[in-house]
Amino acid sequence: MSHAAERLATLVQDCLGSDVGVAASRLGEVAVEVAPAALRAVCVELRDGDGLRFGQLVDLCGVDWLDYGRADWETSDSATAQGFSRGVRSRDHAEVRHEGARYAVVYHLLSHELNQRIRVRCPALGDPPVVESVHDIWNSADWYEREAFDLFGILFDGHPDLRRILTDYGFVGHPFRKDFPLIGEVEMRYDPARRRVVYEPVSIEPRTLVPKVIRPDEHHGEEPGAAATADA
Amino acid sequence: MPEIQNFTLNFGPQHPAAHGVLRLVLEMDGEIIERADPHIGLLHRATEKLAESKPYNQSIGYMDRLDYVSMMCNEHGYVLAIEKLLGVEPPVRAQYIRVLFDEVTRILNHLMWLGAHGLDIGAMTVFLYCFREREDLMDCYEAVSGTRMHATYYRPGGVYRDLPERMPQHLPAQGRSPRRLDRLNANRQGSLLDFLEAFTERFPDRIDEYETLLTENRIWKQRTVGIGVVAPERAIELGFSGPMLRGSGVEWDLRKKQPYEVYDQLEFDIPVGVNGDCYDRYLVRVEEMRQSNRIIRQCVQWLRENPGPVMLEDHKLTAPAREAMKEDMEALIHHFKLFTEGYCVPPGEAYAAVEHPKGEFGVYLVSDGANKPYRLKVRAPGFVHLAAMNELIRGHMLADVVAIIGTMDVVFGEIDR
Repeated sequence: MSHAAERLATLVQDCLGSDVGVAASRLGEVAVEVAPAALRAVCVELRDGDGLRFGQLVDLCGVDWLDYGRADWETSDSATAQGFSRGVRSRDHAEVRHEGARYAVVYHLLSHELNQRIRVRCPALGDPPVVESVHDIWNSADWYEREAFDLFGILFDGHPDLRRILTDYGFVGHPFRKDFPLIGEVEMRYDPARRRVVYEPVSIEPRTLVPKVIRPDEHHGEEPGAAATADA
Repeated sequence: MPEIQNFTLNFGPQHPAAHGVLRLVLEMDGEIIERADPHIGLLHRATEKLAESKPYNQSIGYMDRLDYVSMMCNEHGYVLAIEKLLGVEPPVRAQYIRVLFDEVTRILNHLMWLGAHGLDIGAMTVFLYCFREREDLMDCYEAVSGTRMHATYYRPGGVYRDLPERMPQHLPAQGRSPRRLDRLNANRQGSLLDFLEAFTERFPDRIDEYETLLTENRIWKQRTVGIGVVAPERAIELGFSGPMLRGSGVEWDLRKKQPYEVYDQLEFDIPVGVNGDCYDRYLVRVEEMRQSNRIIRQCVQWLRENPGPVMLEDHKLTAPAREAMKEDMEALIHHFKLFTEGYCVPPGEAYAAVEHPKGEFGVYLVSDGANKPYRLKVRAPGFVHLAAMNELIRGHMLADVVAIIGTMDVVFGEIDR
């Protein structure tokens, strides 16, 4: 962990008060965990505060924590003794396993003046999930918020023009949610009888080519087994 | 008195100057643009979601297809993010090769941009000139990776293989005289590095050629000077990066400010503009080609003198040699595990950014300790630039739309993802 990251983390903690969780990760990145109610105040402080000056919103994205830490294929030390099952169990998203908010919005900020970066994470609560828009704090948030709305269904309160942006006109659903199938819900073809393109439910079976496997790992990373604070 | 109302014009998605599949809905007052509403997503392939369903290495090829005119730079961002999470660093020679090919890619991208931008606003010849040099650099891609565009050459832990000792040569073909064949193969007698060195020697003169066609050209200046002006503060607020930001006079380049790989050991300058208009951004990009040429020369020099490994020897992460697999059981197991299951990345999150030819290309990676990314977000520079379309175009004439689309250097592979 670099000194610069720790120094920045301390500074941010001093500026934002103790309600906000600030941590420097082992990779030298500083992350701020902020509650939805405090989001806008924290963002303004990060933009204008002395020693912070994060004038640019580099990136904004949604994250869906539904399947976090859940493997298709359980592995354990004694697995070979019992023999592997070749089947990959189908996913049942009805049993929701995550704790806390399912969605989060992640902001990446950059200060050109002071040459530093920071990450802000804010859980999106409610159904549908809502956070406040920051488009008037950083203008580049406009399209990013539309994208997060389109792909995850997160609403941004105060956004002037929250339309879909990447998916098709008339698309139903939010495709980057973890319970949205990779092959989609509908397929389309040209129907010569009706002389137009028609949408129908998908006819192909979903397949898993390579199962998702979590191995509490062996030798990569500096501190083996030390889980970073990734989950919201 | 008849009621006068604004006219709505659909620009694209099949317009030749829309650089792919941009649909612009323009609200016109006569020939003046009141409002522009870009509709994107016609090339959306959900690259990020696809990557979340595959082992890490299988998605490198998807990165090539994001910004399909600067392929290796996209790979670089992705590979850096994985390496950051794994906590590994590739051998120095691999880092030099990556820098070398990043700069080759930058020239490829800027040549494509210059040719297409010129063509959009009425300069035909420069397009043909640019494609002549692109052909040489495409051959370098082919020599090193086997393919001219979608290379999949960078891997976590290094690069796929070392630079070839022999540059592939043109073969005799029908209608190709022996004299012509000799001419084509004249600077392909040595290694790839010799070929690239010969290229860097002639390339500055070629850039002069492009400049004689454009820089002082009256029509070119009429079409670009004072068009799409962005103030430096505004450029930062709008999220601009790369030449779009430097064109406005902000001296910001990740290769200098937050150096990755071996950029801190190389000499090059960062060109910046003054007025922030299309013409300045043109000048910035042309100068960037000259600087890339300089970097390539330094890399060629270093790579000649310093042979060594180009891939980590850690076979949990990189493939073992074919020969080893024939003899060594361990190598065979590593190979099998790597290509069936892949490797697991420790839990955590990382953001890695590279100075892509178009701006800051960032990859945000969240891992839950599995062999696949939990969440991959690609921060594409073109996306934010295009988001500012409405602001840049307001008050300009219809003909300036193509100049502004051109100056943004939009490629829909990365914007729609």
